[in-house]
Amino acid sequence: MILAIASGKGGTGKTTLAVNLARACGFPLQLLDCDVEEPNAHLFLPGGTATEETVTIRVPEVDESLCDGCGECSRFCAYHAIVSTGAKALVFPEMCHGCGGCIKVCPRRAIREVPRRIGTVEKRQAGNVSLVTGRLDVGSVLAPALIRAVKARRDLSRAAVIDAPPGTSCPVITAVRGADYVLLVTEPTPFGLHDLRLAVDTVREIALPFAVVLNRAGSGDDRVQRYCTDAGVPILLEIPDDRRIAEAYSRGRLLVEELPEYRERFAALARQLLLSESSGGG
Amino acid sequence: MKELVVISGKGGTGKTSLAASLAVLAGNAVVADCDVDAADLHLVLAPSLRERHDFLSGNEAVIRAQDCTGCGTCAELCRFDAIGKEIRADGAPVFRVDPIACEGCGVCVRFCPERAIDFPKSLCGEWMISDTRCGPMVHARLKAAAENSGKLVSLVRREARRIAEEEGRPQIVVDGPPGIGCPVIASLSGASLVLVVTEPTVSGEHDLERVLALARHFDMPAAVCVNKWDLNPAMAERIEGRAAAAGAKISGRVRYDPGVTAAQLQELTVVETAAPCVDDIRQIWDHLQL
Repeated sequence: MILAIASGKGGTGKTTLAVNLARACGFPLQLLDCDVEEPNAHLFLPGGTATEETVTIRVPEVDESLCDGCGECSRFCAYHAIVSTGAKALVFPEMCHGCGGCIKVCPRRAIREVPRRIGTVEKRQAGNVSLVTGRLDVGSVLAPALIRAVKARRDLSRAAVIDAPPGTSCPVITAVRGADYVLLVTEPTPFGLHDLRLAVDTVREIALPFAVVLNRAGSGDDRVQRYCTDAGVPILLEIPDDRRIAEAYSRGRLLVEELPEYRERFAALARQLLLSESSGGG
Repeated sequence: MKELVVISGKGGTGKTSLAASLAVLAGNAVVADCDVDAADLHLVLAPSLRERHDFLSGNEAVIRAQDCTGCGTCAELCRFDAIGKEIRADGAPVFRVDPIACEGCGVCVRFCPERAIDFPKSLCGEWMISDTRCGPMVHARLKAAAENSGKLVSLVRREARRIAEEEGRPQIVVDGPPGIGCPVIASLSGASLVLVVTEPTVSGEHDLERVLALARHFDMPAAVCVNKWDLNPAMAERIEGRAAAAGAKISGRVRYDPGVTAAQLQELTVVETAAPCVDDIRQIWDHLQL
């Protein structure tokens, strides 16, 4: 069973939900932090020794002694990552998606592939949670490739929770694809509702079952509840707008440990979603 | 012409509320909403549409099932796991491109031995120019699950600059996306100043460091403001110290104020209401000296 936690709008409480569900469930599970631009789950789940691996993609390197500047690579590249000025081909590795096309089209076999670092994947055990964190290098644009690397570390023997990045574009899709269920976290405000609608369009586009978690309930109005009723989308959990929650969060504390009265709500949701099917597979 | 880009690293720190307020305080600016995944500025600026355009970007591989011989060359070559096998009605295997996973590299198109793969331009969204009570606004909407958000951001900024030049407007206020990835890089390159809005939380602190590193990487001057600072005053102070050490200017603090959500519910920017934090926002604007 893989549960992905996503949202259109940032800062609605994805990470709060992911880390508290993971801790409250009580059984061993994996938490894959796929918000690789700004991974935060580790801040709430201390402990354990971390092992870190470097993630690379393959990018072209031109052998200048073989390149005659024909420009075939540069005409082929959809990302303007290799440019022939007429003399020699020049590579802009930060633009490269690693498709391998230039190597194949080069008539003089002057291009080979070399690894280029885009970020790291860190693994750590924090109590019942096996945390896998993807961290994109600053300046890299290849979040989807790094998210794929995080998901490749999935342990098929246990349930997994995915903390997805915000938004509706390629990084989000890469993170939530393959999940069995998606929880969309939002807040009861005009921005929250607008971005929830976009997130709903996105998960419908990839045909995944989903429900909503409403955070900071009571801080705005009832527009999200009305939308969910009209659209037939269940709201599985409401987290009230409680300043104590915000303060615990600000210090990097788990809500289910700091404010135990909330623990059972998260535990019940975790059992409902993560034990509803046999774990593993996916 | 000065271009101020408001970003945050972490989402939900109040970037859009602040950007909208700064646009109102600027008075004669062009506004650009570069959070093209989840654009929200229009919800408080009530734009009236001037023009709308399709955003066509990149290409998408499409296999013509009737011409596919099922050899599988495309699936072998694809580095993005975007090609899957299906069984045609007559029982023959054919391959199909998953448009969501396809990154539009064109490798399969080029190397299909049957030339059975088309490569049309893909419609990735739309972009608009509108009028608002604080000046013209360029905004966009990326199609759900679409690619090329960075290119759409660049287009929005280019149009905003063109309008500012044509209409003689001295400032552009850009509401940027969260994160540090492709659309953020497209939002900040070449701007006059990056204003990072953060919050006094461990996540805010962590994400601020990464977004300031990004600004340094692109040699961009950065300023920082801590929103909801009184939620954790010690953390606010620590964040400001770290930001200053990283070379950023400290532009001010905004107090925790339910008036921010109240303004949003009234479809107003915060500075158009009597919320207590309006003073804080005005001070930030004055301090930016844009």
